Amino acid sequence: MKQEITLEKESQGLTFLKPLATLFKAKFEKDVVLKSFKKTGITLVSILLFLGLWHLGSKALYNKEATYKIEKALSEQGQEAADAERACIASGDSSCQPNTLPSPTQVWASFQSLIADHQLIKAKKEAFATKMAATNEKLIAQGKDAIIYTGRASFVDTVLTSIKTVFAGFLLALIIAVPIGIVIGLSPSLRSAFNWFIQIFKPVSPVVWYLLVFMIVKTLYIGASSDNAFVISFISVGLCAMWATLVNTAMGVASVDKDYINVAKVLKLGTFQKVFKVILPSSLPLIFTGLRITLSVAWMVLIAIELLAQSPGLGLFVWEEFQNGANDSNAKIIVAMFVIGIIGFLLDRLMLMVQQMVSFNKNEGI
Amino acid sequence: MNSATIDTKDSYLENGIYYPSKVMLDLKDLKKVYPTPKGDYVVLENLNLQIMKEEFVTIIGHSGCGKTTMLSMIAGLNPISGGNISVLGNPVKGPGPDRGVIFQSPSLMPWMTALQNVLLGVNQVFPHATKKQRIDIAKYYLHKVGLDGAFNKKATELSQGMQQRVGIARAFAIKPKVLLLDEPFGMLDSLTRGELQDILIEIWNKEKITAVMITHDVDEAIFLADRVVMMTSGPKAKIGDVLNIDFERPRTRKSVLEHQDYYKYRKHLIDFLEH
Repeated sequence: MKQEITLEKESQGLTFLKPLATLFKAKFEKDVVLKSFKKTGITLVSILLFLGLWHLGSKALYNKEATYKIEKALSEQGQEAADAERACIASGDSSCQPNTLPSPTQVWASFQSLIADHQLIKAKKEAFATKMAATNEKLIAQGKDAIIYTGRASFVDTVLTSIKTVFAGFLLALIIAVPIGIVIGLSPSLRSAFNWFIQIFKPVSPVVWYLLVFMIVKTLYIGASSDNAFVISFISVGLCAMWATLVNTAMGVASVDKDYINVAKVLKLGTFQKVFKVILPSSLPLIFTGLRITLSVAWMVLIAIELLAQSPGLGLFVWEEFQNGANDSNAKIIVAMFVIGIIGFLLDRLMLMVQQMVSFNKNEGI
Repeated sequence: MNSATIDTKDSYLENGIYYPSKVMLDLKDLKKVYPTPKGDYVVLENLNLQIMKEEFVTIIGHSGCGKTTMLSMIAGLNPISGGNISVLGNPVKGPGPDRGVIFQSPSLMPWMTALQNVLLGVNQVFPHATKKQRIDIAKYYLHKVGLDGAFNKKATELSQGMQQRVGIARAFAIKPKVLLLDEPFGMLDSLTRGELQDILIEIWNKEKITAVMITHDVDEAIFLADRVVMMTSGPKAKIGDVLNIDFERPRTRKSVLEHQDYYKYRKHLIDFLEH
């Protein structure tokens, strides 16, 4: 029984893995296994149901669009054209396929082709690197910049760019919001001085933040040759997402348990001691709740901001595929949708784990 | 010595010898007013009380009569509306480590261990001691309250009773002149309550700190106190009656219960409260 308790503690925040973990346990307990099978079973059934509904839905949409195409050909060009169109659609030729919601199998195929594409680009990059190795060594020896591969980014590269951007933005939000939150939490007069500021800027849309950051960064970067899309997008993401942390930190600091404050008063702790030994530790759980919201907001707004900033991440990928309108573009967009969702989910779990670590019940000494 | 002269004078000369005051805590014409939309609400008025050095005083009275208000005013956590409070002749202007407080809830910092909680105060009061000395002080008092095995346990891992033991250790470890206790055992079950009373009185016997304790429990009030102060019901509460408890110290629960005067004292207090 003790084993199971520790197991529960370890998998905090990753409870969705619990059924698996239970399965791998050396000592099988019958009802535990049964229970976890039931839990996993329900999840599996719901996933299958979802895929089934999706498949039927996409099939219906496909048929509707196909019928429309054939009827259009019939009314505009006559029977012969309509027959040709029908034959073309039935043959699966990509030139005349209805453009609608892709089916699960199409999405899976797109996912595989994106991975294959990534392998291809990776190979190309490596070939380029070995080819240029000698030249680059010379260039570096001369104090010049090395020549780097500037070809198209693969899907995996865009995902990595997005993750990099979201963490840079998150870090920026943390650096700005936590100290300001602490300061305004400590002082009621500063709190009222900042309140209008927070209330007005909190609801501003990511697009507008992007434009604001763009105005400023563009001017700062005048004359610089480097690409500022990354800088613009991570600053916009940070500014957009920091409000939850700011508000939560201020609230946490302002609402420290009166008993703790009384203890600090009776012991005559100095301001420094009071802030770092009493107020901050007691508001840590709320600060981390804020940071968790900030990270999920950052990931959500990132897509829109990357699109606007032309930063080569998932946002731009989705937009370019939409503009592209190739046969498998829709499927690729759905792949991106799932990847975005899964990464967002994992980021949230990560923050939940950190949050549970700092909660009073089990954290190590501060 | 003539006790009548001692009680009233701050300090005095007798036969050419200077005797410092025996009064530790002096409450003079104390008043507390809370402004409300309907006009001022007077909680305490004309409250006069002197508490001697090394005296253990318990305060008893109906809920809401202003006992806690009075205690938090002595602690300096609640501003005084009229009159004054002085500790050894110095007026109270705010909270300070010369007056240790044990709150009704243990009020431990949940992110700290038992030892860290006690050290928080010790570090503040003995800034010039070495780290080892300070840890030794903290450990000594944790040992005194029977928490030898729990130095490094987080406050949240301790039971309510054990948390309040840490609260007692924390209060004694800062070596206050006056110890203020605001119904410290009110939230505990009666068994734990008895244990903690024994621990409290054992440490107090050793340290002889002036103690003022609020309680609702008549038996507790008699067992612990040299004097039981009864407060009238509010508004405008003041001292209604004072009862001297003349049991010998150190006391045991058994000897107190078997003492011939016990039920006399008990009846006195209950008569006052039921009045």
